[in-house]
Amino acid sequence: MKTLRQRNIRDYIMVSLLVLSTVLVLTPLIIIIGYVIINGLGAISIDFFTQELGSPARAMQGRPTGLVHSILGTLVVDTIGVILAIPIGVGAGIMLSEYPEHKLNPLLRVLNDTLNGMPAILKGLLAFAIIVRPMGTFSGLAGGVALAFVMIPIIARATESALLTIPWSIREAGLAIGLPRWRVVMSTIVPAARTGLITGFLIAFARAAGEAAPLMFTSFGNNYLPTHWTGMIFGPVDTLPQRLYSLAISPYAEWHTMGWAAGIVLLVFVVALFTGAQLLTRQKAL
Amino acid sequence: MNINVLFKKKKPKEDKMSPDFQPQEPDLLYREIHMNGSPPIRMEAKNLTVKYGTVTGVKNVSLPVYNEKVTALIGPSGCGKTTFLRALNRMHDLTPNAKVTGEVLLDGNNIYAPRVNPVTIRRKVGMVFQKPTPFPTMSIYDNVVAGLKLVGIRNKAFLNEVCEKALRQAALWDEVKDRLGSPGGSISGGQQQRLSIARALAIEPEVILMDEPTSSLDPLSSSKIEDLINDLKKKYAIVIVTHNMQQAARVSDNTGFFYVGDLVEFGPTDKLFTNPSHKRTEEYLTGKFG
Ligand SMILES: Nc1ncnc2c1ncn2[C@@H]1O[C@H](COP(=O)(O)OP(=O)(O)OP(=O)(O)O)[C@@H](O)[C@H]1O
Ligand SMILES: [Mg+2]
Repeated sequence: MKTLRQRNIRDYIMVSLLVLSTVLVLTPLIIIIGYVIINGLGAISIDFFTQELGSPARAMQGRPTGLVHSILGTLVVDTIGVILAIPIGVGAGIMLSEYPEHKLNPLLRVLNDTLNGMPAILKGLLAFAIIVRPMGTFSGLAGGVALAFVMIPIIARATESALLTIPWSIREAGLAIGLPRWRVVMSTIVPAARTGLITGFLIAFARAAGEAAPLMFTSFGNNYLPTHWTGMIFGPVDTLPQRLYSLAISPYAEWHTMGWAAGIVLLVFVVALFTGAQLLTRQKAL
Repeated sequence: MNINVLFKKKKPKEDKMSPDFQPQEPDLLYREIHMNGSPPIRMEAKNLTVKYGTVTGVKNVSLPVYNEKVTALIGPSGCGKTTFLRALNRMHDLTPNAKVTGEVLLDGNNIYAPRVNPVTIRRKVGMVFQKPTPFPTMSIYDNVVAGLKLVGIRNKAFLNEVCEKALRQAALWDEVKDRLGSPGGSISGGQQQRLSIARALAIEPEVILMDEPTSSLDPLSSSKIEDLINDLKKKYAIVIVTHNMQQAARVSDNTGFFYVGDLVEFGPTDKLFTNPSHKRTEEYLTGKFG
């Protein structure tokens, strides 16, 4: 038996350790955010959000230059990815959680886990093979497909665990009033799990939005805006993560600053999305 | 208004008054009973056995469910009452390791026959569970009409009518009529249980199965549900599982006593309670075990 004093000391030590690990987790995050902002703020201007990048000469000669084409391209490619990934990922998640007895269930589980563990660059290769090759051109569509491959397995697993939190009795109640099984799932189980689903979408999206590797030989990159907006879907298009990388490895100091600024935009983008979705789910929750 | 009006395409054959219409040949036993003028049997289990893997839930049970009567199922915990009840509306279909053998007749037709769709069976045989199960994201109104709305019935006037009728039958209307839009989970446990009953009634089943519907309720709510059962039996066949002997005696016309998977005794409630023919039944009723 330990004395009360000894137990109090132990408690104090444990709490201190927890605080320490929290600090260790937060420190790199704060350093990264701070460093990105300090280095990139100089390049943020109206031009940054309204001009396309063009050739290095533009930045060196102080002519207007910016990343509007990368920002718009990111929105287009990410949107395509999300539009493809959500229905497929949710469908696979429903299969995993609601139809455990189905013949395809174990196979789906293995394939989904394999896809999840596969390096992102291979997903880019896959999209290259099935979209870029047949179409004969790099495209935003191919980039979106590559990002969808990143998101699908994450969404599927998140959907599965969100649906499994809904008690089995709700499903039985739905069946007992003569609803077909898929109807019960779509109208009672999925809506009840919506907070978990949205969290899953966000985690998947945050993961995909920062990926540069799968975009390298799919959306490829572009220093200019296409003449028509459909060029972003059917032609090579720029994205922030990939542009950030190519600016960073360029030999021009001006472009390095713009790379940091691209980092700021990417950060704000993801944080805004998370906050927005958080508010949305909180508001709708009963 | 009859519910079938809204299922124009799915109108049951019986409604067709064409000259070549032939009613389905009923099971012989069913016809015999009707001809004898004894109370009509709505459902009947014949040699019903349910196994969970190697565990036997109920074995070889044969039991009739009479129309416009309440059938109570009693017996100690774990002896197969729930298992039997769930076999009556094919609720075991989704239990991965459950295997049902034998027959359950509904209006003379075996619900376990090949090609019978369990969904149509469950529309005729409704079920109320031990714990209230309102659909979490739906309003009180949507909960009640879920069985209609979610299969495509959109007629507002009709849904309103069904909702009010079902809630009145479930003795809940007066308590919730001013807040039909609030979430189904926002009312008390007893009210939620009556909501679950209203939801089962809204689809106008023929048989209602109730698994310990009052076990989580206070005495006042329980007595409301008992009143409700007395009321409902004018129109439906009801099967109720209960651990409350007084309740079984109060509400039921027939009682079946289950013991370790066997139906030990089945008969009119008065007789079973006052003069049971089996020793086990007597011991259970007098509190020697269970
Ligand atoms: N899903 C299942 N898997 C395996 N065995 C089960 C399952 N459900 C029930 N059983 C077993 O079947 C037997 C009958 O259970 P059942 O739930 O029908 O009893 P009950 O009479 O309803 O009991 P209670 O009064 O406690 O509700 C028990 O031995 C139980 O352990
Ligand atoms: Mg039970």
